[in-house]
Amino acid sequence: MTHVSDAIGRVEAARRAQMRRTGWKTLLFGGALAVLIGLSLHQGEVSWTKFITGLPRFGAYIIRILPDLSFATLGADLQGWMWNLPNWLKLLFDTVLIAFVSTVMGAIIAFFLSFPAARNMGFGRVSTQLARRFFEFLRTVPELVFALLFVFAFGLGPMAGVLAITLHTAGVLGKMMSEINETITDRSLEGVIAAGASRDRVIRLGVVPQVAPAFVSYILLRFEINVRSASVIGLVGAGGIGQELMFVINQFIYRDISAILALLIVTVAIVDIVSETIRHRIIASEVSHASATPSAH
Amino acid sequence: MLPQRQAHIEAFASRHPGTVYPLAGPLWTRRLFWSGFLICFFAASIHLGLSFERFWRGLGDLGVIMRQMWPPTHHGFWREYIGALGETLAMAFLGTLAASLISLPLGFLGARNVVKSWPIHFGLRRALDVVRGVDTLVWALIFVSVVGLGPFAGILAIALNDTGVLAKIYAEAIENIDRRSSEAVRAAGGTEADVARLAIFPQVFPVLIANSLYFFEANTRSATILGVVGAGGIGYFLADRIRVNAWSDVAFIILLILPTVAVIDILSRWLRGLAQGRQRNAVMR
Repeated sequence: MTHVSDAIGRVEAARRAQMRRTGWKTLLFGGALAVLIGLSLHQGEVSWTKFITGLPRFGAYIIRILPDLSFATLGADLQGWMWNLPNWLKLLFDTVLIAFVSTVMGAIIAFFLSFPAARNMGFGRVSTQLARRFFEFLRTVPELVFALLFVFAFGLGPMAGVLAITLHTAGVLGKMMSEINETITDRSLEGVIAAGASRDRVIRLGVVPQVAPAFVSYILLRFEINVRSASVIGLVGAGGIGQELMFVINQFIYRDISAILALLIVTVAIVDIVSETIRHRIIASEVSHASATPSAH
Repeated sequence: MLPQRQAHIEAFASRHPGTVYPLAGPLWTRRLFWSGFLICFFAASIHLGLSFERFWRGLGDLGVIMRQMWPPTHHGFWREYIGALGETLAMAFLGTLAASLISLPLGFLGARNVVKSWPIHFGLRRALDVVRGVDTLVWALIFVSVVGLGPFAGILAIALNDTGVLAKIYAEAIENIDRRSSEAVRAAGGTEADVARLAIFPQVFPVLIANSLYFFEANTRSATILGVVGAGGIGYFLADRIRVNAWSDVAFIILLILPTVAVIDILSRWLRGLAQGRQRNAVMR
C-alpha cells in the first residue's frame, strides 16, 4: 500500500506547486473581474430591491400573457386567442417577404463585391482594401440604426426595413463570400486561364462553379437570420410584424402578446426547417459530387 | 473562330452530349427555376411597396441627412454619451455573465448523458427554444413594461435570451465530451457530483469561456440598440437625436459606437486566443 500513498503524495505535491505558480495570476484575474463586475453593477443601475421586486412581476406578466386554454372548449378558446389571425398572418407573410427580398438584394451586392474583396483575384491591393472596409462598415452599423435613418428618409413601411437589412446582409455575406473565394484551388483555374480567358471569364467559368454551393448555403443561413431581424425591424416602424408586437406590448393587450409571439416562433421554426433541409441537400450533393470526381479521372 | 475548329467542336458535342452544350432537360429546369425565382422576387417587391421612384426620392433625403451629419458634434453632451456607452458595455457584460452562470447548471440538466430521464431534458430544451425564439429586443420591450425604463431591463433581456442559446450550446458540449474520464472517476469511487466536477467540468470549461466571450462581443452590438425601446445604453440617445433631427449628434454617436465595438472585438478575440492557448498547453502536458 505504501507505493500507492506515495503516488498520491507526489500528485498532491505537484498540484500544490502548480497552484503556487499560477496563484498570483488567478488572484489578479479574479481581482480584475471583481472590479469589472462592481463597475458594471454601478453603471447598470442594478440593485437587489429592483431584482427582488422585478422577478415576481415578471412571473406575473408571463402568467398574464398565457392564453386560457381548457381541453373541453379548446376550439372556441383557440379562436378567441387567435381572434386577429388573418391580419397577423398577413403581417408575418410581409415579414418573411422582407427577409426574402433583402437577402436577395444583399446577396447580389455581396456577390459582385466579394471578388475584388478577395486577395487572390488579382484586383490590386487598393480595391481589395476598399471593398473590405466597405463590408466592415456595413457589418458594424447595427441594422436597427440603418432602419431608424431609413424610416426618416424613405418613410414608414417595409421599404426602410428592406434597405436596412439589405445593407447589413451585404456586409456579412460579402465578408464570408470573399473568404470562400480565397480558399479555391488553382488547378481548375489554370485550365480556364490557359484557354486565354479574360479575368471576368476566369471568374465566371473557373471561380463561380467552385464557390456557388457554399455561397448558396451561406445565403440560406442568412435568410434564416434575416427573418428574425425582419420581425424586430418593425419596432422602429420599418414594416412587418414588429410594429403590431410593439403596439400590443406597449398597450398591455396581454393575450395578443402571447398569440403573436407563438405565431412568430412557429414561423421562424418553419423557415429554419425548410432552409436547413435545402442546405443539407446542397451539402450532401456537394459531398457526393466531390467523391465522384476522382473516379472520373 | 476557325470553321474547321468549330466543326471539330460540333463533332465532339454530338459524340458527348451534355459536355459542350447543356442538355435540354437540365437547361429548361434551370431556366424555369430562375424565371420562377425572378417572378417571386418582383412580386414580393411590388407587394412590399418598393419602387425606384420612392428609392430616388428617399436617396435625396438621405443625402440631405448625410450633409447635415458633417461635422459630427456633441453639443456639450459628450459626458452623457460616454456615460451611456459605458452603460451599454456594463449591460452587455452583466447580461453575458448572468447568462453564463445560469446556463451552466441548465446545460448539465439538458445533457442526455448527465440527466437520464428524457422528460426533464426534453421539456427544458423546448422551454429554451421558446426563450431563444423571442428576440433580445422583444424581451427588452417586455422587461421595460415589467421593471420600468433603464439599463436593468436591458440586462435582463440579454441574460434571458442568451441563456436560451448558451444552455443549448453547453448541453451539446457536455454530450460530446470524452466519456473515458467520467468512467475513470466513477471507477475510483466518485459520486455523480464528483463526475460532474472532476470529469465533465474541466472538459467543457474552455468551450464555456470561448462562447461567453463570443457572446459578450455579440451582446455589445445588440446592447447599443436596446436603448431604442428604452432599455438603457447609448441607443436611447441615438433614437432620441434621430427623432429631433440632430444629425450631427447622430454622426457623433455612431462614430463613438463603431470603434468601441471594434475594440471589444479585438479584446475578446485576444482573450479567446489566450483561453484556447491554455487549453492546448494542457493537452500537450
